[in-house]
Amino acid sequence: MSRTRNRCPRSILLACALILSGCQPAENAEVVEFWAFGSEGEVAHELAGEFERLNPEIRVEVQPIPWSAAHEKLLTAYAGGNLPDVFQLGNTWIAEFAALRALEDVAPRFESSAAKHDYFEGILDAAVVGERMLAVPWYVDTRILFYRRDLLGAAGVALPPRSWDAWFDAMARVRDRQNGFAVFLPIDEWEVPVILAMQRGAALLKDGNRYGDFLHTDFRAAFDFYLRWFREKLAPSETSGQVANLYREFGRGDFAALITGPWNLGEFRRRLADLDASAWDTAPLPSFDGSYPGISLAGGASLALAAGSTRKEAAWKLIEFLTAPPQQIRLYRLTGDLPPGRTAWSDPVLAGDHKAQSFRRQMDRLLPPPKIPEWERIASRIAAYAEKAARGEMAPSVALEALNDEADRILEKRRWLLERGR
Amino acid sequence: MRFNPAFWFVAPALALLVVFFFLPVGAALGLSFTDFDIYALADIGRLRFVGLDNYRRLFGDAEFWTALRNTLYFVAVGGPLSVLVSLAAALLVNHRLTPFKGLFRSLLFLPVVTTLVAVAVVWRYLYQPRYGVLNYLLGGFGIGPVDWLGDPDWAMPAIILMAVWKNFGFNMIVFVAGLQNIPESLYEAASIDGAGARQQFLYITLPLLAPTFLFVAVITMIGHFQWFAEPYVMTQGGPAGSTLSIVLLMYQQGFRWWNLGYTSAIAFVLFGMVFLFAVFLAWLKRR
Repeated sequence: MSRTRNRCPRSILLACALILSGCQPAENAEVVEFWAFGSEGEVAHELAGEFERLNPEIRVEVQPIPWSAAHEKLLTAYAGGNLPDVFQLGNTWIAEFAALRALEDVAPRFESSAAKHDYFEGILDAAVVGERMLAVPWYVDTRILFYRRDLLGAAGVALPPRSWDAWFDAMARVRDRQNGFAVFLPIDEWEVPVILAMQRGAALLKDGNRYGDFLHTDFRAAFDFYLRWFREKLAPSETSGQVANLYREFGRGDFAALITGPWNLGEFRRRLADLDASAWDTAPLPSFDGSYPGISLAGGASLALAAGSTRKEAAWKLIEFLTAPPQQIRLYRLTGDLPPGRTAWSDPVLAGDHKAQSFRRQMDRLLPPPKIPEWERIASRIAAYAEKAARGEMAPSVALEALNDEADRILEKRRWLLERGR
Repeated sequence: MRFNPAFWFVAPALALLVVFFFLPVGAALGLSFTDFDIYALADIGRLRFVGLDNYRRLFGDAEFWTALRNTLYFVAVGGPLSVLVSLAAALLVNHRLTPFKGLFRSLLFLPVVTTLVAVAVVWRYLYQPRYGVLNYLLGGFGIGPVDWLGDPDWAMPAIILMAVWKNFGFNMIVFVAGLQNIPESLYEAASIDGAGARQQFLYITLPLLAPTFLFVAVITMIGHFQWFAEPYVMTQGGPAGSTLSIVLLMYQQGFRWWNLGYTSAIAFVLFGMVFLFAVFLAWLKRR
């Protein structure tokens, strides 16, 4: 009897202890704050949970943020001195946060990491500003060609085109057969004109990124090629917002090709369920001179470590964990985000996927856009002038003059700072 | 020094005004004379005092002129349209013979209390060029499809139409209140004197509604100058900059590119314009 009387309170105590420890795992655990965006934010909990199991002394506080608010939120957090320890960063934002001196140089830590040689060069380069490595690639988001194999075949085009001329001819043939449009290039995005210019070898900016270089013959030639699609009615002058249902229109064959990114791999599979999977395919971008594949953008997101973090060791551990090949594959399974490292690509999930492998081939030819804080702003102006020219509201040469002037104006502060060595 | 006792009663309110109104506005004015940007955010040593440069640059900025033109278009077309539609609705809702007045008032007021984002999503479907309801209806009359939000010429009318529909309910309620303040005896006297409906409207309703009219006009005008959410949600200022408004430009410069100096200059130019317009309307009223 005394035993039962004793056991009862003890088991209650034990239960209480268990509940308490369950609610607050390891009272003295180090807390690492981690911000992730969009669909990555939605699965970040899951990824971080695994990390916590392996590292019980560290607790990860995940905050998911919608992509559309991410940039503002990070800047505001910086201004308020509230940046989290680890955060996702769009590759084109890295230079901006470098100018803010908000990022820790992770090169010394990364040097000792075994993963160093695993990454594709183009994507690794996107995280380097000046001599400093300011983030670790998390996933790749580059653009390639999605096309209707059946429609191209019916028009007598066998292989996905490898050069600009072949591409243009193929699309013209498709267009003539179905007398509509052949390709969809949203006219309010800067990516396509910039990719074409990079393929021509245009530098976009000159004198150490102090001035715009949009009047250079290489850029002019690429811009002209871009506009030809609209001028010759191969592509509709429509924004991405105007196409109500890209998938349905692609499925119906309203157009036979578009340049888009990996997020559409999953979308196409899901939404084109009634279209035979062999009817469409992906291919790396054709190039200006026929060397294959042509250059595309080193887009995507990386993980950065805040310079002001007081828990850098734990934060780095989290970054190392999240960017390791097994987690790259996991992220791919959860969101469709493509791995930036070679090891992950040999995993059966990806190795056996022909449509995804086009991205793998594209990854050997990636270039990042100019790495300066002003880039996004200049890019938005490129999009604006490209749209005006594509709609025929502005003559191409006038649009380029205006674009160049504006880029020079945007870069004024940068020139002033560089002259004073700040 | 001794203050009038009244001062101590007003002081808390004054203090609040100073801290939350005059101080920020003063700071913004100061900011508009500097080139505060992302570099200065990192290191205040990279801040330059530029005097009136931001204002000078503003007047040479093609985007600003586009935004100004669009905003004036919106004020000049959308404003009067909105006032007229709300007046017409108020007259209908307030009419002696209208049944279910309360119900109609609530229904017409409904768009005002609906969130704009939800409204915008629905209207984007209505405006959709290929599958949208509007083009479907027009097709019934044999009119070809219009690319409402994608055509630079049509985007503004489309957004104005939506904005008027969204906002007229508020002004309508104000007008209804104004109409109900007009004594019924005036109409009775007029009808005994043999005045018809048109004369009653012109010589009784309109003059007695004048103060309400001014109030509605000023409020609508200020609201229209600050036009932001519709293009932000529906078009992001496109296509080809045809729906870029001043406040949207301000938002982009300030919160996308973090050019706070330049943004403050835009804000003060906008303030100046609204102020002048309000003075002009008040002057019109006195005449």
